[in-house]
Amino acid sequence: MRSRISDAVCVLAAILVAVPLYWMVLSAVKPDGEIRSASPRPWTFAPTLDAFRRVLDVENFGRYFLNSAVVALLVVGGSIVLSFVSAVALTRFAFRGRTVLLVMLLVAQMVPVEALTIPLFFMVQSAGQVAPAFGLNQLAPLVLINLAFSLPFAIWMLRGFVAAVPRELDEAATLDGATRFQYVWRVLFPLVAPGLVATSVLSFIHSWNDFLFAKTLIYSSTDNRTLPQALLVFYQPDEQDWGAIMAGSTLMTVPVLIFFVLVQRHLVSGLAGAVKG
Amino acid sequence: MTLVGERRRAADVAVRRPKTAVHLGDGRAAFRYLLPAGVLLLAVLAYPLYQLVQISLYEYNQPQASGAAPLRFLGLDNYAELVADPKFWDVLAATVVFAAVCVIGSLVVGTALAVVASRARPVPRMLLFLAALGAWATPAMAGSYVWLFLFDADLGLVNEVLSGIGFSGMEGHAWLYDRYSTFAVVAAEIIWCSFPFVMVTMYAGIKGIPAEVVDAAQLDGASWWRIATRIILPMLRPLIVIATIQSIIWDFKVFTQIYVMTNGGGVAGRNLVLNVYAYQKAFAGEEYGMGAAIGVVMTVLLLMITVLYLRAQRKAGWAP
Repeated sequence: MRSRISDAVCVLAAILVAVPLYWMVLSAVKPDGEIRSASPRPWTFAPTLDAFRRVLDVENFGRYFLNSAVVALLVVGGSIVLSFVSAVALTRFAFRGRTVLLVMLLVAQMVPVEALTIPLFFMVQSAGQVAPAFGLNQLAPLVLINLAFSLPFAIWMLRGFVAAVPRELDEAATLDGATRFQYVWRVLFPLVAPGLVATSVLSFIHSWNDFLFAKTLIYSSTDNRTLPQALLVFYQPDEQDWGAIMAGSTLMTVPVLIFFVLVQRHLVSGLAGAVKG
Repeated sequence: MTLVGERRRAADVAVRRPKTAVHLGDGRAAFRYLLPAGVLLLAVLAYPLYQLVQISLYEYNQPQASGAAPLRFLGLDNYAELVADPKFWDVLAATVVFAAVCVIGSLVVGTALAVVASRARPVPRMLLFLAALGAWATPAMAGSYVWLFLFDADLGLVNEVLSGIGFSGMEGHAWLYDRYSTFAVVAAEIIWCSFPFVMVTMYAGIKGIPAEVVDAAQLDGASWWRIATRIILPMLRPLIVIATIQSIIWDFKVFTQIYVMTNGGGVAGRNLVLNVYAYQKAFAGEEYGMGAAIGVVMTVLLLMITVLYLRAQRKAGWAP
């Protein structure tokens, strides 16, 4: 089953795939002079946090980092609750129209949500006239939008996890006199925890990465910007501060990387579960 | 671990009971459980979709948006104007070719590496998976900047390496000056961050193939190439379909990478794709009706591609 060629190809591919990430972190800690040198070296002997300091001091990056984190965590919280109860209903309850709902869930994943920026911009604008917290330049609409757009896939994925819990357990719990509420939240919920972890990571990333809606809906408030917009500010057409851009990119990537590595196992099995559906 | 324990206990309990399907709830309960997600999806997905179609039927520019001028119903005039515009066809063609390159690229790279990984020892395989997870996890924004920096004309690593190994003409080569090489750099970034999904999915699929099947073929003297193309790939077909559809959906509507790496669609919009085109029309050109029309075209195209693909697959013997 195994061969040296496969090992070699694996390692080579791993190196090639890792180069951009390595280069990002390396450039973030290189002194400015080395970055501006026309013959870049793949190492540095004088690592410095200057670039990070420029990013954090000059551009209020910490604030934007916090905004992004708050939005992403609210999306994750909402996504866990909403996708769990929906997945339970779709796998464990008997009702007419279930198949129709499942197909609609698939179709919902195919809608190019980017096209919806135009109507959503006007909807949020008018919502702001009634409830200012849900208007333009506020974070609340971003939470709702990112939550809604990550929900169809989260429900779809979680369905596989709920379906994997044996039905006999439903029966046993009912015979033991557990109410539905108790059973769903005390028994089922902990059992599908690995699936919830996987879906929440994907919802987190969805929200953390969102550039388009953040850019469109928070167009003038400098306080409520999120990370992707903050990075855009650094990129000037003529003279780039690559050190700062790479430091900002690193800061944006690290939380997602940590999440990914922590839940890697669940993520892989979760995706496989969703794919097998 | 608790999961396994619970399962076993549940199985013991169930042994003596007749297997009748127990449902936890009925239609009324389902309604209550599905209500929150349903309301949110109706408000933020379904209603805006309806609004998108509405807006595309009106003359809806800045004066109308600010309420200074009355809305004027145009019917399909926005679409007629779009169809008559050579720029639209150019962007559409670019979008289709660009998405196709990205989809094929990530499928080929992801599947090939999954097959290789399934034959490699644990340590090299783990290295590859770690690197791939890293690429996967990198936010589109950060990835775009890193690749821009790698391909920077004067300070980039790529030109340095190329001129270092003898291509001296590549020193100072401006990758992002030409239309096609710009698209190529963006496509490379997209393949870099989207092949891991394909690889992980395919790897899980390969692991699901019974070992006896591969062993039997090996005993019969089949070469690895034959085993890969005649046994593994056909057995992976359902997964390949899903990965393909997912990739089409993702790559057809790519926005961030194009917007960031070509600075909003390139000089004179030569690196536009439909999504960015719609956005620019609406929010830079303040032609919201026209932008919405492009959005509707994109939605319809995406749904058509998906339906056609599913139908082709069903004809070939695999029903979703």
